Amino acid sequence: MDSTRKEWLLNALIATALLAVPLWALMANEPFIITLATRIAILAIAAVGLNIALGLGGMVSFGHALYLGLGGYVAGIAAHHAFSGTTVLGLPGTNQMLPIWAIAMILSGAVAGVVGALSLRTSGIFFIMITLAFAQMGFFFTLSWPAYGGEDGLPIFVRNQFPGLNTARPWDMFLLSYAVLIAALILFAMLRAARFGAALMAIRQNPDRAAAIGISPFGIKLVGFIISGMITGLAGAMMADLTRFVSPAMLAWTMSGELIVIIILGGVGRLFGPVAGAAILVGFEVFFGGLTEHWKLWLGLVLLGVVLFARGGLIGLLAGRAQNG
Amino acid sequence: MSLALVLEQLLNGVQFGLMLFLMSAGLTLVFGVMGLINLAHGSLYMIGAFLCAAVSGITGNFWLGLMGGLTAAAAAGALIEVLVIRRLYVRDHLDQVLATFALILILSEAMRLIFGPFPLYLNVPSALRGTVSLGIVDYSLYRLALIGFGIAVALGLWVLIAKTRLGIRIRAGESDREMIAALGVNIRALYTIVFALGAALAGLAGALVGAIQSVQVGMGEPVLILAFVVIVIGGIGSIKGAMVGALLVGVIDTMGRFLLPRVFAAFLDTSQAMGVGAALASMLIYLLMALVLIFRPKGLFPAHG
Repeated sequence: MDSTRKEWLLNALIATALLAVPLWALMANEPFIITLATRIAILAIAAVGLNIALGLGGMVSFGHALYLGLGGYVAGIAAHHAFSGTTVLGLPGTNQMLPIWAIAMILSGAVAGVVGALSLRTSGIFFIMITLAFAQMGFFFTLSWPAYGGEDGLPIFVRNQFPGLNTARPWDMFLLSYAVLIAALILFAMLRAARFGAALMAIRQNPDRAAAIGISPFGIKLVGFIISGMITGLAGAMMADLTRFVSPAMLAWTMSGELIVIIILGGVGRLFGPVAGAAILVGFEVFFGGLTEHWKLWLGLVLLGVVLFARGGLIGLLAGRAQNG
Repeated sequence: MSLALVLEQLLNGVQFGLMLFLMSAGLTLVFGVMGLINLAHGSLYMIGAFLCAAVSGITGNFWLGLMGGLTAAAAAGALIEVLVIRRLYVRDHLDQVLATFALILILSEAMRLIFGPFPLYLNVPSALRGTVSLGIVDYSLYRLALIGFGIAVALGLWVLIAKTRLGIRIRAGESDREMIAALGVNIRALYTIVFALGAALAGLAGALVGAIQSVQVGMGEPVLILAFVVIVIGGIGSIKGAMVGALLVGVIDTMGRFLLPRVFAAFLDTSQAMGVGAALASMLIYLLMALVLIFRPKGLFPAHG
């Protein structure tokens, strides 16, 4: 069996498992497991966003927590004003997920546009550091801005609504997250197969050659970075609704690191890499976190092992090397 | 707002900047010579602080503790270089970020395993307690000593790099790695020495700052990120850039936190002014870094032309 077919089979298996396990949990009345699966799905959406910048475009953004936090705060602030009946910038709050998602994506896209336009003037270690710096700016801003809770964070008392679903029920929230994840994966696959994705990958492999055949590296990378930020922003809004809480911790640099870790554990640039990586990370946390309070020591050792000896992550390990890595 | 208060804050900024320089010097050397981005540098700072607190707690002598912290950080640095870092020189930046991120997780949990979950306390040595009069202001003697110490170490580092054989090799390694290996310099040993030297400086900074902060797991990361800001502003690989960047960051951050709330208080009510001022002050150095990168994408003092 060639490695492309192997990867598709593996992808189908992961997609089925992520649906089947919470379905079993629904039958067995284990809401905790459903919520865990929801967390995996939402983290995977955030990482799919980063995978466009990092996996396709080779842009090592060490600041994607910024978009996650932006999305989160949009959900939190909208719900806060809807709950108290007050307005923000002359607009009323809302407890509807659809407008919240739209605003979260527009805002994340706009911020990613500014950050990308400035950061993409640099490359290599400077790009890593400047994206980190912008995320830190956001982190310290939310930490010291008292209007929305400052360092205490902002609770969402009632989970925001989605038409036709009861989002307060774990299973409904899971299905919603799963559907968005599948949509994000389809978008990723379409982007990768399109001329845009080919151009992005060509720039990653050799920017000079790409420029020589008439592809503008800056423009293509910027568009990729904006789409990447928008998807991660959407995941942030959903994450805030899942935990019904948003705080500066969502913008912490460790969160940016965790998103990169998810992609590495799963497999860089692979379609289902973020899903596999998110499942490994959450599974590791729950399983080893139950055994020992020092589970991060073991996570560090596993991560070190993967980086040093098993490049390609889980998908690479099980399905072979990427075709166009 | 009196002149004395401004002077005191200015001195605090310089002291903070010099401690940042100790962190940044190692980071920028390691990047300049080996091309490695090391997130675990903050963990070496933490190791220095923990070991200093532990040793001075047992012996009752701060200076023994300082030696202990410095030695432990250097030893940990050499060990990490031989076991892990050595394999990363040929890898891309992404792998370096991830592997050293993993090292942070491992080293932080290891400290928590050894020293327990509670912060340790490190006292200022008795000879340096109290304040000293500087004309218009009474300033903490220990902080003043930190300024002196920082300047002394910076001078020592300059002598080491500009005047000694090891320094010549380090500078040669920065400009052409392959060539000095071809000329018969043991490049592996040189890399280990440079890494351990950077680790020792980080450990020294951790131990010195540990006496005015609490010594706890996670203390290294905020300083690490500031040190990155410093070396990006100064130009990665440049010691001079690290010094200028560190002083800029130290003074601007300290003065921003002190002045901005007072500036805003002129036209906003007090509580609002405190909030807006504090929020802007905490973003100031990142704005500075973004500005530097926009106008001088390779930093103020680019190391390689």
